[in-house]
Amino acid sequence: MSALVWTLLIPAVGAVLLALLPSQRLGALVNVVLSAAGLAAALYLAWTVLDGGEVGGGQFYVDAFNVYLIALTALVGLSTALFSRPYMTHEAAIGRITPLRMRLYHASFQGFLFTMLLALSTNNLGVLWVALEGATLATVLLVSLYRTPESVEAAWKYFILCGVGIAQALFGTVLLYFAAARVIGQPEQALLWSVLHAHAGQLEPAVMAIAFVFLLVGYGTKVGLVPLHNWLPDAHSEGPTPMSAVLSGLLLNVALYAVVRVKMLTDGALAAGVGHTPQLAGHLMMGFGLLSFIVAGLFLHRQRDIKRLFSYSSIEHMGLMTFAFGVGGPLATFGALLHMTVHSLTKSALFITVGHASQVAGTQAIDRIRGLIRTQPTVGWGLLVGSVAIAGFPPFGVFTSEFLLLTATMQSWPWLTVPLLLGLAIAFAGLFRHLQPMVFGEPPPGQLPIATSLAPVAVHLGLVLWLGLAIPGFLARWFDQATRLITGSGLL
Amino acid sequence: MSGYLQLPLLEQAILTLAALVLVSSFALLAQSRVVATIHVFAWQGVLLALTTALVASDSGLYHLYLSAALTLVLKALFIPWLLVRQARRLGILRDFDAVLRPGVTLLAAGAVVIFCYAVAQPVERFSRTLTHDAIALSLAVVMLGMLMLVTRRKAITQVVGFMALENGLFFAAVTATHGMPMVVELGIAFDVLVAAIIFGIFFFHIRDSIDTLDVDQLNRLSESDR
Repeated sequence: MSALVWTLLIPAVGAVLLALLPSQRLGALVNVVLSAAGLAAALYLAWTVLDGGEVGGGQFYVDAFNVYLIALTALVGLSTALFSRPYMTHEAAIGRITPLRMRLYHASFQGFLFTMLLALSTNNLGVLWVALEGATLATVLLVSLYRTPESVEAAWKYFILCGVGIAQALFGTVLLYFAAARVIGQPEQALLWSVLHAHAGQLEPAVMAIAFVFLLVGYGTKVGLVPLHNWLPDAHSEGPTPMSAVLSGLLLNVALYAVVRVKMLTDGALAAGVGHTPQLAGHLMMGFGLLSFIVAGLFLHRQRDIKRLFSYSSIEHMGLMTFAFGVGGPLATFGALLHMTVHSLTKSALFITVGHASQVAGTQAIDRIRGLIRTQPTVGWGLLVGSVAIAGFPPFGVFTSEFLLLTATMQSWPWLTVPLLLGLAIAFAGLFRHLQPMVFGEPPPGQLPIATSLAPVAVHLGLVLWLGLAIPGFLARWFDQATRLITGSGLL
Repeated sequence: MSGYLQLPLLEQAILTLAALVLVSSFALLAQSRVVATIHVFAWQGVLLALTTALVASDSGLYHLYLSAALTLVLKALFIPWLLVRQARRLGILRDFDAVLRPGVTLLAAGAVVIFCYAVAQPVERFSRTLTHDAIALSLAVVMLGMLMLVTRRKAITQVVGFMALENGLFFAAVTATHGMPMVVELGIAFDVLVAAIIFGIFFFHIRDSIDTLDVDQLNRLSESDR
């Protein structure tokens, strides 16, 4: 329990501390130190949970499923903090940002990490909603950090669309509570996920079905599911790049986590009810997921902004994961969990390199970024290797998880493998038609290397490569425990 | 509403107030003056607080009195005060925000209410008249808030729409389930408060970047070719 307290306390206190700290240089350093401490606490928590089973049961509940996301969140938080130090110093040096806004940035960064960790570790579905809305509030002022008309527009869109979207999720939560209050005596217990899960079979299926639709639409907006995705490319492209890295690497995962948690409850209720489609939740997720996957793949082709390009790639991958969780079954779920991990590692690494690439070129426009590999080989190669990994080439981990997903689909929905393969090909082509000239082309005269921090990129891509070559035994058992929790039966 | 007259007097009063909340949503939708919109919104907050207090005395759940007080302070006083203050500082308090095709908008709103009753139909089978109507009505308030968001052009009236939507959610929680657990309710109130303050800051960002508060002008980012 103490590990959990530390995991939550460090970013919460950190946000306040950084808001009060006037020095920019010190702020960046403290941000890194806090994130490192947070990672240590999260790893300790993970070790406790894997060793001795789930922690908590009151307002907090950590099992194998969310603890791995907590560890992942803390890891991506640390590497992004490491990257943001030189990146934001450069932004301040070229005068895009004032000291006061830098303070806002650092405080919001830790605040955002806190909301993510709270959303993951809470047992109360109401608090989960509060934390996800809190994540929007913590990041919305960062999207408009540069105060350009575009960034203000992106932030406004992000605020309104996510606010309205997530309001649907609150309505779903109220309906869920309505169904639960009829079964569970104490009102204080009726929103606790572990209690609800134990009583899932008794929940009124008609209400649960409506509640799930609202929850899927609400949290689905945050996952970036088509057609609720409009905010995502804007928010990713206009804010500072470290923000894009954590939005893509963390926020989308946590929103999907919320959907999966309520799906588990809905499945339990519908399976017990008579006269309902027990697979309703799964089918809805498959539909939304597949649509997002295909549409985002097509949109990759017409992007002109490098950060928009990779944010569409995030929508595509989130669609794939939603689809996989919808298919259900141990194999698909194992694949989806693995895909969540490798996607957030690869995508945050990619956004880090993209941030450096756009600083080298001085622009985010794809057709003006040229010849990275000649100007600064580390950035060029980072971008190339990262894109190869995200496109699902062997031997990287994304290939492994996508292969598992395809196998699972072939088992249960053979004809759906066709659109899946087609979508993968479309997305691959969409990425590489833009990537090739950016990496290999002729650099414009006067393009100079900049100070970078590519160690996190190397670590992330190294991990993804490792996961692709051989998943270490303890990690496989970890995923298997989570799979068992979600589907009832393990893979190993 | 067939069982309306069989209900105890207190529940009849709750239902009547619930209907008035919906009426105030219609009023919001049709109102074109900025200052009047904010005033209607404040009255909606008052109605909401009253409903909550009545539900509290009907159910004997005392924590609901706290929610009622919280609503009164936040939704009926603080947020309207903040909005009026920002509107005055921006000099748009007396402006008009013309409603796009008011007739069509109100007809659409009527259709939305019917749709919400249809959605709430499955709940009816195992609940009392009060809950069924309350879920339908609160869903309607949520949907009308969304309708207001899409039919308005000024940032400030869009924010009122957003907050009215939030009112609908709160209303659902109070009438259908006698409120949420306290920790959740406090969390939601905190989020709404922070959101209101950030919106207040945003008005200035928008005006500084595009010299107007018509969010129509926020149209640089899109996927269509220009």
